[in-house]
Amino acid sequence: MSTPNPGNEGKPLFVFPAFHNRVPLLLAPVLAIAPIAVIAAVWYWFSPWFTDVGYQPEQPVAYSHKLHAGDLAIDCRYCHVGVEKGAHAGVPPTQTCMNCHTNVKKDSPYLLPVRESWASGKPVEWVRIHKTPDYAYFDHSIHVNAAIGCESCHGRIDQMVEVWQDQPLSMGWCLDCHKAPENHLRPKGTSTVMGYTPPGGDQLALGEKIKKEARINPPINCSGCHR
Amino acid sequence: MATHDSQSETIFPPPLVSGNHTFHSVTEAVCSVVEAPPSKGWIASFLVALMGLGILGISVGWLIWEGTGVWGLNQPVSWGLAIVNFVFWVGIGHAGTLISAILFLFRQKWRTSINRFAEAMTIFAVMCALVFPTIHVGRVWLLYWALPIPNQMGMWPNFKSPLLWDVFAVSTYFTVSLLFWFTGLIPDLATLRDRAKSKVAYWAYGIASLGWRGANRHWQNYEKAYLILAGLSAPLVLSVHTIVSFDFAVSVIPGWHTTIFPPYFVAGAIFSGFAMVITLAVPARKIFKLEDFITVRHIENMNKIILTTGMMVGYAYAMEFFIAWYSASEYESYTFVNRAFGPYAWAYWIMVSCNVITPQLFWSKKIRTNMTWSFILSIFVNIGMWFERFVITMSLHRDFLPSAWDYYTPTMWDFGCFIGTFGLFFTLFLLFLKFLPSIAIAEVKGVMPQADPHWEGYGHHGDHGHEAQPAHATADKGGHHG
Repeated sequence: MSTPNPGNEGKPLFVFPAFHNRVPLLLAPVLAIAPIAVIAAVWYWFSPWFTDVGYQPEQPVAYSHKLHAGDLAIDCRYCHVGVEKGAHAGVPPTQTCMNCHTNVKKDSPYLLPVRESWASGKPVEWVRIHKTPDYAYFDHSIHVNAAIGCESCHGRIDQMVEVWQDQPLSMGWCLDCHKAPENHLRPKGTSTVMGYTPPGGDQLALGEKIKKEARINPPINCSGCHR
Repeated sequence: MATHDSQSETIFPPPLVSGNHTFHSVTEAVCSVVEAPPSKGWIASFLVALMGLGILGISVGWLIWEGTGVWGLNQPVSWGLAIVNFVFWVGIGHAGTLISAILFLFRQKWRTSINRFAEAMTIFAVMCALVFPTIHVGRVWLLYWALPIPNQMGMWPNFKSPLLWDVFAVSTYFTVSLLFWFTGLIPDLATLRDRAKSKVAYWAYGIASLGWRGANRHWQNYEKAYLILAGLSAPLVLSVHTIVSFDFAVSVIPGWHTTIFPPYFVAGAIFSGFAMVITLAVPARKIFKLEDFITVRHIENMNKIILTTGMMVGYAYAMEFFIAWYSASEYESYTFVNRAFGPYAWAYWIMVSCNVITPQLFWSKKIRTNMTWSFILSIFVNIGMWFERFVITMSLHRDFLPSAWDYYTPTMWDFGCFIGTFGLFFTLFLLFLKFLPSIAIAEVKGVMPQADPHWEGYGHHGDHGHEAQPAHATADKGGHHG
């Protein structure tokens, strides 16, 4: 930095110290790897696979799906009545609980919030777990009637004491199935079966057959879901 | 002797740098603009430009806060001022690339006085243009969806869409233009570094000039890099606006779906770009006393290009009408009748007056060498070319179904965004004039008559009166760049 500067007597010559010669060599691998690392990081840590799966809020009632849907083998549709007809499967009203619980375990302290709701007429404030965004049009009925199993999206509800979110419900995840529905198609009427095993154990052969016969052609264009 | 002089005057064009400068006085003339404290005029202009930038900030802020509904868009006119302004600004950029790349490859030495200037204009114009595609998506934070970045959403851009081609075309254009501009700046930044008085300037120019010493090896690498970048930029002059025209031409709207669009858009872009160079150069050469470098010859050459490209544009306007009639397509014909005589006829006739009629005045040498006229006519072209894009976009307002026809009126937020980009443009441009050498010092020295090895100047001109003429010619036509 102390070399004389013929252009400007007052100032030393502007010289980059020698280590700058290595900057391009160091920068090249960083520039090559950094974008890949950022994309990979966003791909995983910004995705619902990481942020949403496993969401298990505390519910106002200590209701066990494992007991009702698993051990007692009550069909999903006994409570979630809208699933075959509408966009929403529906959360049951207190009335549905009371159908049985006026007789069964009618004094259980666990059921106190339900009885209070029944007396006051104020619904139980269940905490929503599965939520698709407003701009995504999702209809339960078409999926259930095309015979996709409940467990494909919700997991083994019959084994969950308290329900958690089992799948990411992200766009990429939706598209995975819309592009290859044969991985999840079943014979009609078996949607609510938990732990379904296809005949012979060959899901792909069964799925392909159903897809062909029922002419299942799920949309993969934008307006299929963003209507 | 007198006849001899007038003869050489006619055969050989006037020198590219007048005023009998020495190499040192060229450096002084250009660097003094940067080194002197800002003039009152500069400060006043800068404050006005900042106000414009403020308008942009408010308009864009409100747009993002409230959504694109604040604009006047609706069906059937779903594309409004945003695309008009986008095409307008991208078009302006084209003169810079043409001057810097194509005129360089064709060894048009007159480009050296104006290329720095025009390249800066290109970069700032493309930045203004990029504002519009960015903000028109509404949710600007999702703009990266336009890029093919692998992601867990399964989102992937549609490679069949010209709008995606546009993303690549314009971003390539911006990158290459910026590199080209910066490469050209390096020797001059080193000049400013060596002359720097303040510590900040010394460090800033020192880092930016990348250790340039003016060594023979530096010059060789520089010349090679410059040539490669010129080669890369040259096709962009044609490709960028071709792809911008595809935004329209690939659709099926009558008045848009035509094969003439690419060449027509490119000609229009060069036309509008040169007009903008004149608009900026005429006042700048006067204010910063750069008349010796940006001579009347430079302005006249650009006016000739404006005249030529203006007629190409005029031909395209005529041909659109001919094809509309010749196609026998009811919709196509109606679109053009509607353009000239429908609700937007006022815009159509402003366009024709400014782009086809007024540039014809440049046939007169008196007018095209007159600075006031050049400036006024360049403003007309700027206005006309904005209206050209407006007229084309307004083809939407009456399409196939009369029941869907409507009249589009931009809101104040549409205009706020447009006026605001002028604020952005002039803020950047004034900063450029103040902090960077607005004329390529090193290159201009190479095209001075004094740079010719046979030049017999500096006082002993009388001894070799006869040899002065061929030397003069070599300085202008022969020799090589640099």
